[in-house]
Amino acid sequence: MATLDLVPIYMNDRPDLLDRLGEALGRILHMSIRQRTPAFDPEAAYDRSRGQYNSTVMLRLLLGDPGITGDRLLGVTSVDLCTPVLTYVFGEAQLDGRGSVVSVHRLRTEVYGLPPDDALLYERLQKEAVHELGHTFGLVHCADPGCVMHASTYAEEIDFKGPGLCPRCLGVVRAAINQSRAAT
Amino acid sequence: MPTTNDTTARETGPSVLIVDDEFSVRDSLYEWFRKDGYHAGSAENAREALARIQERRWDVVLLDIKMPGMDGLELQRRLKEVDPDLVVIMITAYASVETAVSALKHGAFDYITKPIDPDELSHLVRRAIEQRRLKAENLQLREKVEHLTAPGTLVGSSPPMQKVLEMVRSVAHTDATVLIRGESGTGKELIAQTIHANSNRRYFPIVPVNCGALPESLLESELFGHEKGAFTGAQYRRKGKFELADGGTLFLDEVGTISAQTQVNLLRVLESKEFTRLGGSEPIKVDFRVICATNQNLERAVEEGKFREDLYYRINVFSIHLPPLRERPEDIPMLAQHFLERFARQMNRPYEGFDPGAMDLLVRHPWPGNVRELANAVERALVVGSPPLVRAVDLPVRLNEDARPATGESLADVERAQIVRVLERASWNITRAAETLGIDRVTLYNKIRKYGLRK
Ligand SMILES: Nc1ncnc2c1ncn2[C@@H]1O[C@H](COP(=O)(O)OP(=O)(O)OP(=O)(O)O)[C@@H](O)[C@H]1O
Ligand SMILES: [Mg+2]
Ligand SMILES: [Zn+2]
Ligand SMILES: [Zn+2]
Repeated sequence: MATLDLVPIYMNDRPDLLDRLGEALGRILHMSIRQRTPAFDPEAAYDRSRGQYNSTVMLRLLLGDPGITGDRLLGVTSVDLCTPVLTYVFGEAQLDGRGSVVSVHRLRTEVYGLPPDDALLYERLQKEAVHELGHTFGLVHCADPGCVMHASTYAEEIDFKGPGLCPRCLGVVRAAINQSRAAT
Repeated sequence: MPTTNDTTARETGPSVLIVDDEFSVRDSLYEWFRKDGYHAGSAENAREALARIQERRWDVVLLDIKMPGMDGLELQRRLKEVDPDLVVIMITAYASVETAVSALKHGAFDYITKPIDPDELSHLVRRAIEQRRLKAENLQLREKVEHLTAPGTLVGSSPPMQKVLEMVRSVAHTDATVLIRGESGTGKELIAQTIHANSNRRYFPIVPVNCGALPESLLESELFGHEKGAFTGAQYRRKGKFELADGGTLFLDEVGTISAQTQVNLLRVLESKEFTRLGGSEPIKVDFRVICATNQNLERAVEEGKFREDLYYRINVFSIHLPPLRERPEDIPMLAQHFLERFARQMNRPYEGFDPGAMDLLVRHPWPGNVRELANAVERALVVGSPPLVRAVDLPVRLNEDARPATGESLADVERAQIVRVLERASWNITRAAETLGIDRVTLYNKIRKYGLRK
């Protein structure tokens, strides 16, 4: 079975989110899930002038970590991610590659002045995790508004879409996983 | 990672050409558009851009306004000579927004500033492509239907709360500064959140600052941020709340407690929307909406010279007064039920409501701690009681004491307790209290003096 390494980054206060996510991703993607502790210093991705973390650098750190060897890897972090060009991103992934990272920061309702909603937070996290991993399997954004690969640039848009991949996107992912299994 | 010149993505989708001399910008935007299903291409200078525009038809060009060699304005002119319908979006750093504005005059579709808000980018490009399509079909642009978020769980149907809700609705979508006044626990913060959640800034954060909780020096660095080494202990550069609120709402809670010096500095920022970090020299421009809250009498503070008059006028543009709960007892049953349902869900206990005795106590209590106190009382009742109904005995003892005729059993004691209760419920409005008690004002004054009652 292909393996997915889940890597918590500044997630000490919420190990439960990682556990739940790992369980769900294993089920959805038919991959075997491992949790890995990063050996790198995530502070290297900190952008002082922005007060946020550079997602591209974070991705590079993940990919360069010798202890993280899975077929796919997903960093999950509580810090706010951005790129030099974009004010924020929910996550970033290599299109048709190995690495991806998601941030829970802007998925929290409190950031928008609403009461905390833990159920919604987890729902959003799972959707964004599947979404970024979908990119690593070569998926681009899907026109189906119910498909998790539908683009979302703000949190409420995440809520509009469903948790799963549409049949077409799911087909692409399953084929890619079978292929990588055949190759190893 | 693929090189930025690789244009292997779909050939069928709309096409975007990115022209920027900075690699990280090209690379990141190229990836972004590719994932979004666009046919993306990039060029790092004017010469390359002009070559690419000959190769195929592009729907949108994102153009950095400042590039070595030929600047963006000139390049836009040249590109439009090749394809007059080309939609050009200028990318600019904050410093050159004026140039971007002049690009608009010269036919650019719009401009965006770096770093780019992803939401803005996707909307802008979608709109740009739509416009090009509509232009081709010679159609008029249709107005987009504004999608409004559902209002928060703000409970209250009494006339004063209806008025408050109406004010919230009318002011939310404006950028007006709002001052929310009311006793502790009346819901000032909730109102601030509701205004933000219903404003055009709702996709950006609302940043609360509790002005009363911090000493003067800390409050300044909290608001303004600081550069590394600005003071002992400042090991890093840190963004202040002004910057964090950029695009969103700054909520200044307990604004009446701010020290004189901070008032001066705050006023300057509110007026100019510009400031420098502590220990810094570079001016930073910010764009936020301000909502203030206070439970103090600001007018009195102004009279006493504790609060600057100019700051007072600056924040007192649109003021919302939240009446204390005792002046709107009609709201109590609905609020109580609201909290009961919320806490019952949290505790996973099958509560359905209050028995008549409990509800009677709730409605008669003056609630000096207002809605917060009511919420606490309900929460406690659910813990000590047993479902499905909350009974009077489950409520805090002080509520039961209100109802009992007495600290003592004498007629004087009963009279005193009744007068206190009515006065509190009328917020010590003597005329209204006298009316409720069925006595005239002079009699009431005499009784207040006799029992030594104080506000
Ligand atoms: N109309 C309302 N509907 C529902 N909940 C309310 C309402 N008003 C207040 N609350 C709740 O009561 C509690 C206290 O409200 P809030 O914190 O907004 O009060 P406040 O005026 O800011 O108080 P303070 O001056 O002490 O800071 C919160 O839990 C809030 O959600
Ligand atoms: Mg408050
Ligand atoms: Zn995506
Ligand atoms: Zn799909």
